[in-house]
Parts: sequence; structure tokens; C-alpha cells
Amino acid sequence: MSAAVHSAPKCASNDGVIETLSEAISAWLNHAEEKHGEIIFTVKREAIADVLRTLRDDHEYQQMMEIAGADYPDRAERFEVVYMLLSLTKNHRVMVKCSTDEQTPVPTITTLWPNAGWLEREVFDMYGVVFDGNPDLRRILTDYGFEGHPFRKDFPMTGYTELRYSEEEKRVVYEPVELPQDMRTFDFLSPWEGADYVLPGDEKADEKPKEKKGDDK
Amino acid sequence: MSLQIEESLTTQGDVIQNYTINFGPQHPAAHGVLRMIMELDGEVIERVDPHVGLLHRGTEKLIESKTYLQALPYFDRLDYCSPLCQEHSYVLAIEKLLNIEVPDRAQYLRVLFAELTRICNHMLNIGAHVMDVGAMTPNLWVFELREDCLNFFERASGARMHSAWFRPGGVHQDVPEKLLVDIGDWLDNRFFQLFDDAMSLVVDNRIFKQRNVDIAVVGRDDAIAWGFSGPMIRAAGIPWDLRKSQPYDVYDRMEFDIPVGTNSDCYDRFMVRLGEVRESAKIIKQCIRDMPQGPIASTDGKVSPPKRGEMKQSMESLIHHFKLYTEGFHVPEGEVYVATESPKGEFGVYLVSDGSNKPYRCKIRPTAFSHLQAMDMMSKGHMLPDATAILGAIDVVFGECDR
Repeated sequence: MSAAVHSAPKCASNDGVIETLSEAISAWLNHAEEKHGEIIFTVKREAIADVLRTLRDDHEYQQMMEIAGADYPDRAERFEVVYMLLSLTKNHRVMVKCSTDEQTPVPTITTLWPNAGWLEREVFDMYGVVFDGNPDLRRILTDYGFEGHPFRKDFPMTGYTELRYSEEEKRVVYEPVELPQDMRTFDFLSPWEGADYVLPGDEKADEKPKEKKGDDK
Repeated sequence: MSLQIEESLTTQGDVIQNYTINFGPQHPAAHGVLRMIMELDGEVIERVDPHVGLLHRGTEKLIESKTYLQALPYFDRLDYCSPLCQEHSYVLAIEKLLNIEVPDRAQYLRVLFAELTRICNHMLNIGAHVMDVGAMTPNLWVFELREDCLNFFERASGARMHSAWFRPGGVHQDVPEKLLVDIGDWLDNRFFQLFDDAMSLVVDNRIFKQRNVDIAVVGRDDAIAWGFSGPMIRAAGIPWDLRKSQPYDVYDRMEFDIPVGTNSDCYDRFMVRLGEVRESAKIIKQCIRDMPQGPIASTDGKVSPPKRGEMKQSMESLIHHFKLYTEGFHVPEGEVYVATESPKGEFGVYLVSDGSNKPYRCKIRPTAFSHLQAMDMMSKGHMLPDATAILGAIDVVFGECDR
């Protein structure tokens, strides 16, 4: 990769970090890579707490700043849970991630960092990833009584219910979403570069031209 | 607030045991829509369960269906008290994925306006914190100063609050020289007179100290374990500032100090913010002094749009302009986590790109989430009125917390 010319935050050098840490967590490591200046370890789901404990206690990654969920519906284990670690003493960041599906729980890390509680609740709320051992796994951001997990890719952006104040009933009522017009999803991908679908009118472009019968005469 | 007796001893006497009250969701001291279920023993807080999410708008989901540029204004609307600092994280994340160089003048402008935003944010928080514990006047005075900041934003971007002025590759438009001169004049001749006046009413005030000193003391180890950042971690005596330790843009060329606290209570948090305002003023002056001339956005036509004049003359610019505002630019595949020092602490953006013109996933790390989570730990054993002081010292804004 070419040298970094951007002006994004510069922390301590990544040199040698990936080797040292890979060795320390080698028993649980699936994959380690450095891309765009970020070090990412993909580890076994069952061992996530062990990995993070090792990084915290032996390698000075004292703070766990963030847990992010992500949904990749094409994969066998569709969800990724990404932990952002920060070392105050080494001035360095790493990401650790594991994957899971709708059913399989991820071990909680509330035993390591108290602030993991809400962050895990958020991933549970948005993606439906279950965290095994989290003492308080309630929904956090969505409405009381909400159903479904809104950040999954198969959840429509408009949602399923809408609410309004009903003058007759003198309270807020929930109703199924009714859209006066369709969601406007524009497709700006250029047919020369990004698009991998058949353009209208171009359906026959890849077909072999049929031989005309009249040619023999 | 509604009172609800959980358990009353009907057999002997009229002893009321712990009772639960509902703080919010509409409470002036909650700084927005926060609902806290509080369990009280008399007037002493036993347990707090903050319910957040009442302002959840699904920003991260919306961003997934917008191009990179269209998603930018959502960041203004997260922490609406410090809009430009939120944009800063986002544009730096995009630039890191694209690996493009940002011209010097744009970097200086961004740092200048990020610091002006910091002053603007602290003016609101300092005023609100003071008002939460009972004083009215200082808030009105510092709001004057906040108004001045908003006027500067308006002169630079056209919008008072939701500027959308930082863009991937630089900033949207150059500022007039007169604006830089006026900001310098304002710092020299107006800002500190008014600010020092207002703060002289507060910092040594007996009532203010009684309400804040030794309230919500958080030890160093706790501050680290709970994921504190910004003034909250600095008040605990840890000199951790991303502008210093992980400099972005031209912060590495700036000379400034990191104010830290000693006691890690609400008063220290307040005083750290006061110190930060002074340091921000220093940085702004250095920016104005060293600001070079030159382009204000990347010269890469595939990322930043051409000037209006060029667009009317050159075919290539016209094509670039058209492509950028319809399709947008494509960002190379990959994922980054970029965090900057927003006025409230570490504001991070975890950006996943699949190589198309829209973010695949954009996770926003709000500062308030970790701080508010520690509310239970911080307010245990304190009196009910202390809860407002603690909230004020956290500096929560729910646009950001709930996203």
C-alpha cells in the first residue's frame, strides 16, 4: 500500500504490533491483517473474552471504546461484532472482531469492562446478537415494545409501524406504515463502472445474434 | 415527577421504604430527552437506570442509503452543540480510506473552526451547568458569546448551526480574510472580557462549590475502565487528549496545554472545560497567524467538486461536477475507526466501505454513551439534587447519545 498522505489521527507506529499480538493470542486467532493503517484481528467467537483479557492485562490496551455490530447477510455467520481497543500508555488502537449468527450467543465482556454493558445492549437491540452472560440485556435505543432488529440489512428503512396522535382516542396510536409514495431509491452507479445488472433495452446484448434464414438464398 | 410508593409498611407506623421516581423524559435539567428511573432512600439516590433512545432517529441506518457526501449533514444533527467537530471525524474517516492529501489551508481552517466549535460548545455547557445548580446570570452572558460563534459559522458556511462545511478533501468554501480578522479581534477585545466577567461570578462562588466539589468522584482506574474520554478523563488527572496524542490535521503544529483536574469531581470537570476554552483561544490565534494561502479542498477532481467558474468553462470540470453530485465518489473497500477529540470527548466513526458510492456501515461512537452509563456508579449515595449537577458536568446531548 502506498504511503499515507491523509491527515487522519496518527497514533504510535504499527511496526511489529501485528506479529507480537498475533503470537500472544495465536491460540484463538483466525486472521490478522493491516489495511488502511488499521490492525484487525479476527478471532474465535468463544474465546473473545480471553483474547480481550490478554490484550488488556498483558499488552496495555486499557480502554474498550466501542463495540460495533455489522450485518453481512451473504455469509454463513452473518453478524460481525467489532471491539475497538485503545491503549493510553502505548498510544495505539487495534480492532478485534468475531462473527456470529442469529442464534449463537457471543460471550459477554461486561466482566472485563463495565461500559460493555450498554454497548452490548445496543448491538443486541440493533442486530439481535445475543450476549451470553450480560446481566441486563434489554433493548436500549428503540421504543418500548419494539419488535425486530432495525439495522439488519433485510429490515426496511421505513420500518413496519408508524405512530400518530389520535384525536378520537386521545392517545398515541401505532399503525402499520402507509407510504403515500414509494421510497425513492436512486441508482447512480455508472453502467460503465459499477453496475452489474442488465440495463433496460440491453437485455439481448449478450445473446448470440440469430442466423437469418434468408441468407442462403 | 411522579412519586410511587413501592412498599409501605401498613402494620406499624408510617415508615416509607425506598421509593422510585421518574426523572424526565421532559425535564429542563436532563439536557434533552432523558428518562431516569431513580430509586431513592429519602433523598439519597440508591440506584439510577437511565433510559436513553427517546431521540433515536436511526442515523446510522439512514447513512447506509446515502452517498458519502449526502450522509455528511447527518453529523451536524448528532451533537447539535458542536456540529463541526462531528463532521471532522467523518471526513477524516473518508480521507483515510481514500488516502488523499488535504491542502494546508483547508487543514488550518478545519482546526480553527473545530476550536471555535469547542468554545461554542463549552459556552453552552458551562452556562447550562451553572444554571442547573441555581445561577441564572452567567448563562445569559455566555450565551452572548455563543451567539458570536454562531455568527462566525454563518459567515463561513451560510448556516448558523448545521454548517455541513467540512467536506471530504477539505472544506466547502474559503472564508473571507475579514472573517479571520474579526475572529482575532473578537478574541482580543470581546471574548475574554465577557467570559472572565461571567466566570468570576462562578468559580469561587460558595454555593457553586458546595454543589459541585466532591460530587461524583471517579477514580483514575474507574475512569479508564468505564471508557471515559475528553474532559471527564482529564478531570481524573489523566492528561489524555487526542489532539495531542494522536494529532490530526495540523494539531501537531499547534502549541497548547492540556488542562487536567486533581480531584475528579464535578467542579474539576467544570474547571477543565474553563481551561480548555483558553487553550482553544490560543490555537485559534495560532491558526490565524500561520494560515497559508492556497486551495481549500483537495485538487483531486474525483473527490472534491470543481469551482463554479471552472465548471462553466471546462468540459472536464462539468463532468466531474455532474458525477460527484449524482453518483458521488467511490471509496476503496476496507474499514477504519477514526476518533477525534470532540468537545465532549472521543467521538469516533467506524466506517465500512464495500467499494461502492455508499457506506456499507457507519457506526458512530457517541461520547455520552459511556459517560451516561456510569451515571448509576457516579450518583450512588448522593442526594437527588446532585443528579442535575452530575448530568451537567457530563455534558450530554441526546442527539449524539441516541443517534
